[in-house]
This record gives sequence, structure tokens and C-alpha cells, in this order.
Amino acid sequence: MLLTQDLQYAYRDDGPTLQFPDIKCQTGDHWLLLGQSGSGKTTLLHLLAGLRTPKSGKIKVNDTVINQLPSRQLDQFRGRNIGVIFQEAHFVRSLTVAENLMLAQKLAGITPSIKAAKEILEHLNIAHKLNARTSQLSIGEQQRVNIARAMINKPTVILADEPTSALDDQNTAQVVDLLRREAKEANATLLIVTHDNRLKTIFDQQIEL
Amino acid sequence: MNLLKLSWKNLTNKPLAMLLSIVLFALGVGLISLLFLLDNQLQKNFEKNLAGIDLVIGAKGSPLQLILSSMYHIDAPTGNVSLKEIRPFLNPRHPLIETAIPLSMGDSYKGYRILGTETKILDFYEVTLAEGALWEKNFEATIGAGIAKELGLNIGDEFASSHGFMDDDDFAHDHNFKVVGILEPSGTVLDQLILCTTQSFWIVHDHEMEAEAPAEEEEDHDGHEHAEGEDHDHEGHEHAEGEEHEPEEGAPDEHEGIPDALIEEPDDKEITSLLIKFKGRNFQALNMQRSINENTDLQAATPAIEINRLFSLMDTGEQALRVLAIVIIFVSGLSIFISLYSSLKDRQYELALMRVMGATPNTLFALIVLEGLLLALLGFIVGIFLSHGGMQLFAGAMQEAYRYTFSGLEFLREELYLFFGALGIGLVAAIIPAIRAARTDISETLSEG
Repeated sequence: MLLTQDLQYAYRDDGPTLQFPDIKCQTGDHWLLLGQSGSGKTTLLHLLAGLRTPKSGKIKVNDTVINQLPSRQLDQFRGRNIGVIFQEAHFVRSLTVAENLMLAQKLAGITPSIKAAKEILEHLNIAHKLNARTSQLSIGEQQRVNIARAMINKPTVILADEPTSALDDQNTAQVVDLLRREAKEANATLLIVTHDNRLKTIFDQQIEL
Repeated sequence: MNLLKLSWKNLTNKPLAMLLSIVLFALGVGLISLLFLLDNQLQKNFEKNLAGIDLVIGAKGSPLQLILSSMYHIDAPTGNVSLKEIRPFLNPRHPLIETAIPLSMGDSYKGYRILGTETKILDFYEVTLAEGALWEKNFEATIGAGIAKELGLNIGDEFASSHGFMDDDDFAHDHNFKVVGILEPSGTVLDQLILCTTQSFWIVHDHEMEAEAPAEEEEDHDGHEHAEGEDHDHEGHEHAEGEEHEPEEGAPDEHEGIPDALIEEPDDKEITSLLIKFKGRNFQALNMQRSINENTDLQAATPAIEINRLFSLMDTGEQALRVLAIVIIFVSGLSIFISLYSSLKDRQYELALMRVMGATPNTLFALIVLEGLLLALLGFIVGIFLSHGGMQLFAGAMQEAYRYTFSGLEFLREELYLFFGALGIGLVAAIIPAIRAARTDISETLSEG
């Protein structure tokens, strides 16, 4: 479950304040967060992921108000409960695909398991790249590994920031399918931030900024 | 995938930058460690060979040279002194002197010095016999453990000495020495010496005088040349040229018999120097040195003082090297800093990503610090390997030059300090990049893509 209430954010203390509409996504819901460039979509996503601190208001993930957590606990909470997928897939370059996934486990405080890494990669149909360097992957492959990394700790909330904007139609369809399928199987709340019109027809629940 | 492994992978991901940092660091550490090793082993060797000797008496010249030649056997002797001059110090009833050991030198075998002396020299250096017997009769030789090993000499073997300290057959004497005993290895100069009676020296040289230089007799009489150095030539033999006039000269029993005590020998016989142990280090004993230097043609030198002087001379050069090593270490610290700092720029997104995945700022801090420490540790290991390997490699050459055993397998307490120093430098070099990594603004970095 993902809730916000009276959420406000200012880039600088004395700067203008951004006001966000309240969000209420039930567990297992799939939402689209739409808005033009510069409307603060990414900022909102970062707020929801606990990467920025709101000026006022509440962000509630499941039963935890994350903007009131101390920073260390917030880091831990994020690692365990929130999977974030970025527009461009970035990885720790010195590590292989499997190692990147295991690092995600380790950093979230979960015992790294190659078995779990293998499983999720198989699920996403990319297990053959298990020991590949991330730089050797195609963009479509990168995005799938990106999803795998976001999902490996079985998060309850998945936040995706423009996951399809760099992909062609075919890859877009695949990635959206994967996201929905994975979210559904994990019974996780999925929120996709995008201005990609191709997605509008797929998701019923939408928020406009 | 723990942090240590991750930092290792991050380093090996840029092998050239890593190599540069490690090589620089290793050079600095290696140089410092080598200085430590050399300093320590030289000092230890020098001190071991002080052997409680209070004073060395010999011919006039440089006091340092007298000490180096008589105690360390690494320089040419200052010359010879006649028994007449030195006899008072040989008297067992001398009020100040507990032991006086005469030394005669100037000959060698395959580059190893032959030392004419008395058996009580072993007590000075606390060396015992490993096998065989001590030299009692003329032309019996007891040899150091190092020589026995190096030259493969055994008890019963015979060899001919040669004149000077070079390994040169042209200067070979025609008298054969016979090995009667081998000493225990002791780490002192005795390891590298061939010991025989003082009289053996005289006989070898008298015979030669007789054989090849009767015509020069007169010249020799007015031109004593007391230079017993490496520049020895056959014309300049000063070894008791009066021997021909001795009635018992050439008598066969003199060659094999047990020689008389030195104090009984004629005035014109010569030795090179005298090692002296005082009964007590009182005022009179200390005065004796000055009195010898001022009132006689002899020279007296105190080993401890001369060796300290030598060390202070060496210290200047060593200090320059030490400064150089510190500069190299500083530069290598800088190179670690630069390579970490510049890698941060490339890795900013990675670091932000790690934060998203649950890493705390401390995790990132630790990651970068670990990278710095790893570089320093590897540099240290390679450096120590270089210095000890080099030491071991050069031990042979150094042994010949200094007549001591050197080893690259000895580790020093200073190297432990060096280890912590190295880690300290790695830490300091990494700390600013680490702080920067810890402060990575996740959101900003991610927004920039």
C-alpha cells in the first residue's frame, strides 16, 4: 500500500513549494503517474522512494510513515520494501549481472543467494546472462536485469521512473508485461511514472500531475 | 558479495590505475624497508664484533682505518709495529690490561684474510670450535665456518696463502697451511677468517725475503716501508728483514714446533695491531689511549667511538635516501587519492544506486576507505617483497664486502610500524574521497542520469 497526504516539497528552503495531489494505491494496484516534463514527476517518485525529504505531509508505505524514519532505517527500509526501476539501467560496472543482483540483496540486509538471482533471471528470461558484464547487455536486456534487481528482494512497492522511454515498441510491450506480471505475482503495488502515451491504454488507474 | 570483495572488484576494474598506485607505493615502502634492513644488519654486525674490545693499538694512521682493518677486516691495515714498541702491552702483569691479543695480517687465501693471532681471540668473540683443533703449531690453521662452507675446506686440507688481500695466484707464498679445525658459525668476523699463529706469518715472509730479495737487503735496511695494505708489492717487504741474521733461522723444528710466547720474541719482529681489553674502565685506562697517541709512535683507537663516527658518516647519506623514500611514499599516497577521487566521478551513479538499494552513507564511506587500504596493503606487500628479495639477492655480494652474513629473511619491528604507517597513508588518502562518496546526493545524481 502506498499513501501520500498533503505532500509538499521545496527544492530550496526559501524556494517555491511544489504541491502534490494525494495518492492512494492499494496493495496489488497498478498505477500510472502521468505528467509533462518539468511537472515534478521524478521528484515525486524520489519522495515516494525516500530519496528526498518532503517539506511537509506524509508518505506511508504499508504501515510505515517513511519520511519520519531516521536515515539509516530509511535506507534499510527502502532496500527491503521498495524496488526502484530507473529510466536508464545503471549497474555497478565492476560486477557481473549475478553479482549486481546479489549486491542488492546484501545491501538490503538479506543473505545473498545465487539461487535467488538465478531464479529471477530465469523468470525474466535472461538467465543466460548470469555471468555477463552489465556493459555487454543490450538495452532491452539491461532493462530486464534492472527489473530483476528491483524485484529480487520481493518489495511490496515497485516504483518505475520512465522505464520505457528509451525502448522501442516491442521492448516496451515486453517490459510492461514483465513489470505487471512480476508485480502481480509478488502482490506488490506498482507505480509507473511516465509521459509515454503508449502506456496510457494499458493501465486504467492513472494519476495526472 | 561483501564490501571487501566489491572494493577489490572496483580496483581490478581499472587495472592500470591500480598498478600505478601499487608500484609507487611499493617503491616507497621497499626503499624504507631496505634502509631499515641495511641499517639494522650493519649495526648489529658492527656491534656484535665490538666483542668487548676497549682499545686497538697499531701503527699511526687513521683511527677509523685501524679499527676497520683490525676488528672488521674491511680495510687495509695502517701498517705494522715492531715488537719492541708493543712489548709493554703484551706483559701479562700490565696493571691496566686484562687481555691483549696480537694480530698479524697481510696475507689471504682466495680472498679470505689470514690472521696471525692467539687462540684466546675466540674468547673475545665467544666462538667455539665446531670440529678439529685450535691452531697451536705454525702453519696450522683453524678456519671460520663461512670459509669452510664457501671454499669446501675440510680438516686435513692444505692451502698456500698469497700475499695481499686479493685472490691472485701470482702472489702465492710457497708455504702450505694445514686446516686443523673449523669454528662454529657465530655471525662474527671470525666466520670469514683463517686463523694461525703469528709466527707462521713471519716464517712465510722471512723465507721469501731470503729466496728472492737478498740483493735488496741494504735498501730494505734504510727504507722500512710499513705499509701492509692491498697495494703490497714484493719489493717492499718489511716483514722482519733482519731474520737472515738470526742464527736459528731455517731450523726445521721452528716450522713445526709450538712457537714461543710473543713476548719472548726478538724486538725487530712485527705484528699489525693489538686488541686490548681493560681490567676496568677507569680514568687511567681512558688516559692510556691519549698517552699512547701522544708519547709513542703507536696509535690507539677506541672501537666504540670510531664506529659511532662511521655511523654518523653513513647517517647523512641514509638520511637523504630516507627523505627520498618519504617523498615517494607521499607521492604514492597522492596517487591513491587522485585515482580514488577521479573514480568517484565515474561512479557517482553507481554509488547513488547503491544507496537506493539500501546502502547507508557509512557503507559508501567504508567502501572507498577499503579501496584505499587495499591499495596501501598491496603496495606494502609488494614493497616488502622487493626489499627482502633484493636483500637476499645481494646478500652474497654484501658478505664479500663486509665479511658478515646478511639475510633477507629477517623481519624487523620497524617493518611492523611501517605496515601501520602504510595503512595510515592509505586511510588518509582515501578519507576525502570517502567523505565525498558518503555525501552523494542520491536524488540529484539520479535525476541527472
